[in-house]
Amino acid sequence: MTSPTKAEGSGPSVALDPELASTTEADKPKKLEGRSPGQLMWQRFKRDRTGMLCAGVVIFYFVIALSAPLLTALSGTNPYTLYGQDPTYADSPVLDDFGLPLGWFGGVSGDHWFGVEPQYGRDLFAMLMYGMRTSLFMALGVTVLLMLTGITIGLVGGYFGGRTDYWIGRVTDFFLAFPQQLFFIAFMPVVTAFFVDPQEETPTYFRAVAILIVLWLLGWMGMARLVRSTVLSLREREFVEAAKVSGASPWRIVRKEILPNVVSPILVQFTYQLPSTILTIAFLSFAGVGFVEPTPDWGRLFASGAKYAEQDPAFMFFPGVAMVIFILCFNLLGDSVRDAFDPKSGR
Amino acid sequence: MSDNLTLPAQQGPTGTSTETLLAVEGLTKHFPIYGGFPIKRKVGAVQAVDGVDLTVGVGESVGLVGESGCGKSTTGRLITRLLEPTAGKITYAGQDITHASRRQLAPVRSEIQMIFQDPYSSLNPRQTVGTIIKSPMEVNGIEPEGGREKKVRELLELVGLNPEHYNRFPHEFSGGQRQRIGVARALALSPKLIVADEPVSALDVSIQAQVVNLLQKVQEELGIAFLFIAHDLAIVRHFSQRVAVMYLGKVVEVGDRESIYNRPRHPYTHALLSAVPEVAVDDEGEQRERIRLAGDVPSPIAPPSGCRFRTRCWKAQDKCASEEPPLIQLSGNRGGHLTACHFPEEPTTEARDEDVVMDPALKALEDSAADEAPVTKD
Repeated sequence: MTSPTKAEGSGPSVALDPELASTTEADKPKKLEGRSPGQLMWQRFKRDRTGMLCAGVVIFYFVIALSAPLLTALSGTNPYTLYGQDPTYADSPVLDDFGLPLGWFGGVSGDHWFGVEPQYGRDLFAMLMYGMRTSLFMALGVTVLLMLTGITIGLVGGYFGGRTDYWIGRVTDFFLAFPQQLFFIAFMPVVTAFFVDPQEETPTYFRAVAILIVLWLLGWMGMARLVRSTVLSLREREFVEAAKVSGASPWRIVRKEILPNVVSPILVQFTYQLPSTILTIAFLSFAGVGFVEPTPDWGRLFASGAKYAEQDPAFMFFPGVAMVIFILCFNLLGDSVRDAFDPKSGR
Repeated sequence: MSDNLTLPAQQGPTGTSTETLLAVEGLTKHFPIYGGFPIKRKVGAVQAVDGVDLTVGVGESVGLVGESGCGKSTTGRLITRLLEPTAGKITYAGQDITHASRRQLAPVRSEIQMIFQDPYSSLNPRQTVGTIIKSPMEVNGIEPEGGREKKVRELLELVGLNPEHYNRFPHEFSGGQRQRIGVARALALSPKLIVADEPVSALDVSIQAQVVNLLQKVQEELGIAFLFIAHDLAIVRHFSQRVAVMYLGKVVEVGDRESIYNRPRHPYTHALLSAVPEVAVDDEGEQRERIRLAGDVPSPIAPPSGCRFRTRCWKAQDKCASEEPPLIQLSGNRGGHLTACHFPEEPTTEARDEDVVMDPALKALEDSAADEAPVTKD
């Protein structure tokens, strides 16, 4: 209860809850500032060792991909030079007479840290660094596009509901009905031929754009459905009605009331979507419809690795291990992010 | 028509004020039901609210009671225009707002606010308390003296929270505190009418009293009119000057508090009041009538013809099925006390000669108990 002195001196005592007023007065110097759900999430995430470790690894990969030119400058190699065939490098041979790397484990040496490619003698380290760069940033671009499209479509469908939602839902179903892998392979040449004369060589940037378009067209549905379902449940919450009663416009309601609440599923979905997109892009290059020679690309390294697997199994080692670690860490990171956002789900 | 009726009189505010703030006439909301394959068509309608007449005077507190599913909340939502009325007319301060668009409604919006039932879902979990209370002011472009933040702190203090809670998040508060935040948000626009949709039914009983007292204080100090929707008769009695009783989408009886609680005429009101448990402090206390209804409220998809209460009423006759009773002032009632019944009850809640027990199972049980031990019954 309130002490008599407090009751006298507590000024305009409109507070119906004297208990509350007195307890908070005691720790006045400490500024009362609540922790937002976002801050709480960050705290939970920081406590998750696996999550922090995986986040570190993932960031490390992105840093490597960003600084590929720096790293190759350190190693003194580049991904395009044919060290096995170029006469400039005739004094330090990397390939034997059969076109296989000289030396231990695919030709690992001081010059070529991860060895060299059979037949051409290109430097695997440089190819991997640049290949990761291509893959990661392509995947990032595709994922961001997917997210934006999915969020927009999901928000519109979920918030407006009714007929709008019905038709958006049917369009989503239509796109979901495509067998994705098959259509990636089938559509890539079509999209390319649509814009570039088949007689001419397709520029690399255009291949990238084509991959972006195809993956984007056939990939936004999952996100749209997720956002739609979340928004559908949020729309019925009373705080949205409270905003309506205060006269807020639909745009404001979506922006201020609904969007901040969809952030957590979006972020979780993002951390799952990115590694799977990397795999898809690698698959495209592996199937021969993505990036082609001589563009360095993660998927293309696997394609060549498969070709050389019998003579030089070491060639597959570095790209493979790098990919496995990356995908594993990214997926574990996704799990940790989900756990941090919603400690009750999972497990 | 029965003999004991007078002219169909206007219901209206009694005592506290004479000026009408909100008038609702014949308000109707039918939710369509679609069915059929492959082409969906309207196969029926849930007649949630069907011709409700209601007035709220300036600074007056009107209670709206009835059992679950009778359309109380829908009425509240129609008045705040969260739902679009199917028919009827809502007049606020002489202005017809029945079908006003968001832009047309803008000047009135700030004057009609709402307090929601569930304090756990009525506050956005991602916004601070300050943002939540501030946002109605932002939407309506209101710049109070000394800035919005100062006003928010004043409001927090008014509803009995620490102004220092400004930067906290809703999840850090208890249910009662959250409901106070909801009240502060409703007050942020200095409204003239607040529709409180079961504001205390989600709170535990010890907190209910605090919040009701807060609302009462707010009503008295700021002169805000309230439409208080509740199913707790005791709270409505405590809070409201006038009470309207709803049954299956219709107002069956409306009048000042005194009339409804002590001189009810409609059988349903009698049944409702009799359902409130009351502790007899001593045996001398006045015996109250005992009415036990049987069965559920009929489906609002196909409500009974004529009087909607007739299927559960012990006084129902053929006339009740064929003719819908109008909401009129019966003879012997005070002004403003209107009842929709062909065969009204006596205006008293005292015990009658024989209890009305509609439930056959309960009746059989009581009869057998009475047969076995006739001596103990007095």
